[in-house]
Amino acid sequence: MVENQNVIGTEEVPIITLGDAGVSFGPVQALKGACLSIMAGECIGVVGHNGAGKSTLVNVINGRLTPTSGDVSYDGAQSVADFRNAQRARESGIRSVFQELSLCPNLTVLENYRIPYRNMPIKGWRKNAASAVLASLDAVFPDHGIDPYSVVADLPIADRQMVEIAIAFARRDIDARLVILDEPTSSLDGAIADQLLAYIKKFCASGGSIIFISHMMGEIFDVASRIVVLKDGTIIENDAAQNFTRDGLVDAMGHVAPDDQTRGADTKRRDFGDEVLRMENGLNACQGEVVGLAGLAGHGQAEALAKCFLERTSDWSASRNPAVVFVAGDRSRDGVMPLWSIMRNLTLQTLVEFSRTFLVDRKAEQNIARTWHEKIGIKTDDLNNPILSLSGGNQQKVLFSRALASSAPIVIMDDPMRGVDVGTKKEVYRMIRSEAEKGRTFLWYSTETDEILECDRVFVFRDSEITAELKGDEITEENMLRASFEMQEAGE
Amino acid sequence: MNMNSNNTRVENPKRGASHLLGVFSRKPWIWAFLAAGATYLATLVVVSTSAGAGSLLYAALTFASFSIIVGVGQMFVVTLGPGNVDLSIPATMTLAATLSLKFMASDPTMIVPGLLIAIGVGLACGLFNFALIMLLRIPPIIATLSASFLFQSLAIWSNRGLRIKPPASLADFATGGTFGLPNAAWVALLVSVLAWCVLEKTIAGRWISASGQNTRAARLGGVPVNAVRFGVYVGCAVLAGLAGFVLASFSGGANLNMGTEYMLMSIAVVVIGGSSIAGGNSNVPGIWGAALFMFLIVSMLNSYGLGAGVRLMLTGLIIVSVVVLASKRGRKV
Repeated sequence: MVENQNVIGTEEVPIITLGDAGVSFGPVQALKGACLSIMAGECIGVVGHNGAGKSTLVNVINGRLTPTSGDVSYDGAQSVADFRNAQRARESGIRSVFQELSLCPNLTVLENYRIPYRNMPIKGWRKNAASAVLASLDAVFPDHGIDPYSVVADLPIADRQMVEIAIAFARRDIDARLVILDEPTSSLDGAIADQLLAYIKKFCASGGSIIFISHMMGEIFDVASRIVVLKDGTIIENDAAQNFTRDGLVDAMGHVAPDDQTRGADTKRRDFGDEVLRMENGLNACQGEVVGLAGLAGHGQAEALAKCFLERTSDWSASRNPAVVFVAGDRSRDGVMPLWSIMRNLTLQTLVEFSRTFLVDRKAEQNIARTWHEKIGIKTDDLNNPILSLSGGNQQKVLFSRALASSAPIVIMDDPMRGVDVGTKKEVYRMIRSEAEKGRTFLWYSTETDEILECDRVFVFRDSEITAELKGDEITEENMLRASFEMQEAGE
Repeated sequence: MNMNSNNTRVENPKRGASHLLGVFSRKPWIWAFLAAGATYLATLVVVSTSAGAGSLLYAALTFASFSIIVGVGQMFVVTLGPGNVDLSIPATMTLAATLSLKFMASDPTMIVPGLLIAIGVGLACGLFNFALIMLLRIPPIIATLSASFLFQSLAIWSNRGLRIKPPASLADFATGGTFGLPNAAWVALLVSVLAWCVLEKTIAGRWISASGQNTRAARLGGVPVNAVRFGVYVGCAVLAGLAGFVLASFSGGANLNMGTEYMLMSIAVVVIGGSSIAGGNSNVPGIWGAALFMFLIVSMLNSYGLGAGVRLMLTGLIIVSVVVLASKRGRKV
């Protein structure tokens, strides 16, 4: 089954083997009959839609979930269904970086390193931990500039992601042999992501294995030696990477995603209405325009957007005609109400708009929820299920619906496509386009170049200031990168 | 951060006996009522006459009413999330009772203005608390605690050791009953139903819950979070004022330590009643179960004739076990 087994002698034992493993949560079968074995030196790219079972597969491998059927064996050992797979995974050197950042925000970087390393020698552990984390950060992300003694909550989200990745690769009593990276680049900008990809290649070349989950096809093809395609909880393809093409992969995932021909010239040449928004730093937008905020991650774009939203809404009253709405990218910090159902989460913004009294209009609420359930394809049978039962990408769809259901003329989006699959992205692009043509204004911060290319006008941020304003044909990846780095080079 | 979402998914789907448990666990208030019921039955072992049983329940309902009224207010505050708690409830009760009884001066025609005064005092106290929290940015616990010293001093200053009797008709109402239930319980029921409607039916209720789960996300979702906090703190103080008024009318006059026990009582009934101390999740029926339980536990241990030390220790132990049981339900909502 595994073709690229060019590893020698004693390394012939797979690090992990899944034999027909399945996981079900009540009636929901998240993973069905998965067969997979991973050898040393392999980099497995895992692709699939939101809710295709990627996270479940990963959680079976790292032992957080015990399969409800089939078996899992580590290092060729006999499989035992005794809920102790997490420990076995740890002893086999399996480490994970999750899509939802899972560092403790109130602890320092080195303390976070200490948490999974349970039996770390106590004597002088802070110093040892700091040097181990720093060594790993230096190896993966040269020039990172992160202090291991800083508190995680004080770091921008990109730095947090870097720390988490570095901790997974860091030296411990049992060395990392298989590192699972679940959308590691979604909050990193291009340059940093490239550093990570380069490190992954080096790691695999020296005999380590990687499971790499990403929605970015380019990255998958760049690093993966083997690609696993998941759809509706089943592994439908499992083959060497060179046997796939980009289009073939998208087809295998089962979404018909038309290529970039949608970005026609007509959308670029549209006339916009009056200026509806201007901020002190020069950021401005006209009616019906899609304005992009580009630049390296963590250079003040998110802060500018939050400020823009807070200035135009009140702490004291909610308007029936809100001026702006907000789509959060950092879901758990800025968006999701964890105790609530999907429906309640979806209608939070529009409670006042769609109710004539001070009471919640249940009927209107259900209508909105049902409309958007179909329109944006939220993957659930029952909108009364808790929001946390949804996968990350589907939670993001709920947040999108929450904002777009409102009639507000300005929509602010803070890197909203994190963890959203390709098909949904295209769908959302189309929605944004048609809403913009109807006269809505979008402010869109994104770490992904593809998304910025969708915009009518782009402001490039660096060190919380606007360094360039790009229009029409000037919006290219090259121009953006130049504007993001220009001052840095000039300063050095 | 988001570990819980996965933990709840790991649980194995079991059927049968645990299914019943599952039904219970979705109703966190059930534990408070089970505990209250068990305590009641345990007391009946000693108080065997049927008249005794009835009067015990009647007394429990009467005394629980005051805890319920302040507990509902405290519940709203606790719902706002970690760090939110109103410690000025006892002082607000005392001040409202003192001033309103002084104003009425046992004159039956002044009952309505007296009630308005009690509510007005609550309003003022709530405003003061909120101003401390909002304008001076003092943590709510410290703000309400220091405010309570001020309120208490005002009460001492205006009271000067006099004990003014409530108007006779008001006292009759407060100690009397209608349709077999004490009037105080009817007041508590009215307050609870209103609170339940606010939480379940109104936009404000959604806003309170959203602010309690994640204030930043709520603000970015269009919730006027300051208005919500304002409403909650003022509402809590108004309920405390009302409770003080009813309690003083019931016990024949205001005295300076009438509120003391309600400081911890108000928090205890919220927690035992199944509201989440982490915020965002409130529970009105549970407050009734918890308030009844808190009264019945004391009367049970009294009727067993135990010494004061043993009684207090057992009270503590039993409360801890109920809270542990109630919190075993995971994070299902």
